[in-house]
Amino acid sequence: MRFTHFLFLLYFLSFLNCKDEKLKIIKIEGQQIIISDSLILDGEIENFIKPFRDNIQKDLDSILAYSAGTYSKTDGELNTAVGNFMADAIYSEANPIFKSRTGHDIDMVIFNHGAIRSALNKGNVSKRTAFELMPFENTVVVIAIKGTQIDSLIDFLRTSKTAHPVSKLKLVLNQEFKIMEAKIKGKNIDKNRIYYVATSNYVYSGGDNMSFFKPNDSVYRLDYKIRNTLIDKFIKLDTIEPVIDDRFIQIK
Amino acid sequence: MKRRDFIQQASAGTALVTLGSLGLQSFTSLNNTTKITILHTNDVHSHIDTFEEGRNANKGGVARRASLIDSIRKENPNTLLLDAGDIFQGTPYFNYYGGELEFKLMSKLKYDAATIGNHDFDNGIDGLFAQLPHAKFQFISANYDFSNTIMDTQTKPYQVFQKNGIKIGVFGLGIELNGLVAPNMFKETKYLNPLEISQDMSRILKTEEKCDLIICLSHLGYNYRNSNKISDLSLAKATKDIDLIIGGHTHTFLPKPTIVKNSDNKNVLVNQVGCYGIYLGKIDFYFDSDKNKSANGTSIIV
Repeated sequence: MRFTHFLFLLYFLSFLNCKDEKLKIIKIEGQQIIISDSLILDGEIENFIKPFRDNIQKDLDSILAYSAGTYSKTDGELNTAVGNFMADAIYSEANPIFKSRTGHDIDMVIFNHGAIRSALNKGNVSKRTAFELMPFENTVVVIAIKGTQIDSLIDFLRTSKTAHPVSKLKLVLNQEFKIMEAKIKGKNIDKNRIYYVATSNYVYSGGDNMSFFKPNDSVYRLDYKIRNTLIDKFIKLDTIEPVIDDRFIQIK
Repeated sequence: MKRRDFIQQASAGTALVTLGSLGLQSFTSLNNTTKITILHTNDVHSHIDTFEEGRNANKGGVARRASLIDSIRKENPNTLLLDAGDIFQGTPYFNYYGGELEFKLMSKLKYDAATIGNHDFDNGIDGLFAQLPHAKFQFISANYDFSNTIMDTQTKPYQVFQKNGIKIGVFGLGIELNGLVAPNMFKETKYLNPLEISQDMSRILKTEEKCDLIICLSHLGYNYRNSNKISDLSLAKATKDIDLIIGGHTHTFLPKPTIVKNSDNKNVLVNQVGCYGIYLGKIDFYFDSDKNKSANGTSIIV
């Protein structure tokens, strides 16, 4: 009799106990593990990738030019060598197409600093380099905007304090980030004139909050990928040697 | 008298059997702490090959990541593998194949779930949808309402995983697409407030799904200085019941996971591993029964 009671007691105790027994986190360990070349290559995965890689490499690796140095988008304050190279390439490659279609010249180029996705590394330059700099499928669009909107564009550059790449625009700020000089192709900005500004379709559609392109007189879609402007520029050059210049600077 | 003896004996017998099985259960949980391993990547951006040159030379690569994950799974089968978005865009693999190879490889590596990053819309929402047949893992997003798009029913707000009796609830969060992705790319995808959604999700996962571990898989970004834009850090502070936020978008290389106090003054881990598959994040959670919990609470070693 007494033993049975004891068993019942045990039964209820353990039942209650178990109900209370909720799992709790007692310890957490966190770490970042580097994927280094000391890790083994998984053969099955490697074999799976190979035909995809081979097919792409055939297309990408023919040498087009030589880069004299390594140019990163973080080298430079308000303008960078790689950004200048890209903005100038968009101007020089897209302008003949735009002119042949419309009779107008592109007045200036602007695109977003974030669009530069790698450094231009020293050494051989190929189609692959263009893919690294500009992996996106962005295309060149030219937008006709009023001189007053150029003021908004400049104000955007002034307040963003970022090296958004530009070509044919000169902008000098003082210590307080106030405008000291603003010129397009060497001339003061005329509020009553129409300017043809080349950018990427990404920026035009409001990317990186560049909202000064709307409303506008007209939009010309060139169906010319920004990456292809770079490839076409590489083909024309032997050595690429862009510099940080005075197109967008702050006098300190 | 004889009958009463019989009943007593029978009851005693039942009690013994039940006691036996319960005893065994508590025995296992007493002596074996269960370890749950959470592995994660973010912003891999189509980086399938190891870097050949530049500052990341000889780092990254899916085939090396695969062998690392394999060895971790061998050590602990109770492992989840998650990705916090921006799987697409960054190498010619994406430009040539549209994300097919990325999804196929993630499936081979047995990813359990991924959330959607802004760059996963780079071939439009149709481009993302077109690659879904290659993905054998679940896409989770709680704050993108896809109901008026082709992605309708293709994602889940959250997923609950069971590992060795432990319930792990994972919910997904995406970043505001306006201003970041062209509207013709994301079409009628509706962005819902991540903070409100997180409060709903953590309540559902805690009280309805009774999860032991709650993970937020986020593509909001780690932190925005001088801005009230929602980030992983601000979300961690403003919510409760979330144990871990796995982040992306800002390509933040954290030397170690960040510990943040939530609205209940409890610890939340926020982690992100930069970008391009250079690192794999690994967070181990050790579970034990309440009574074995040390007086000091949870120890966090990062």
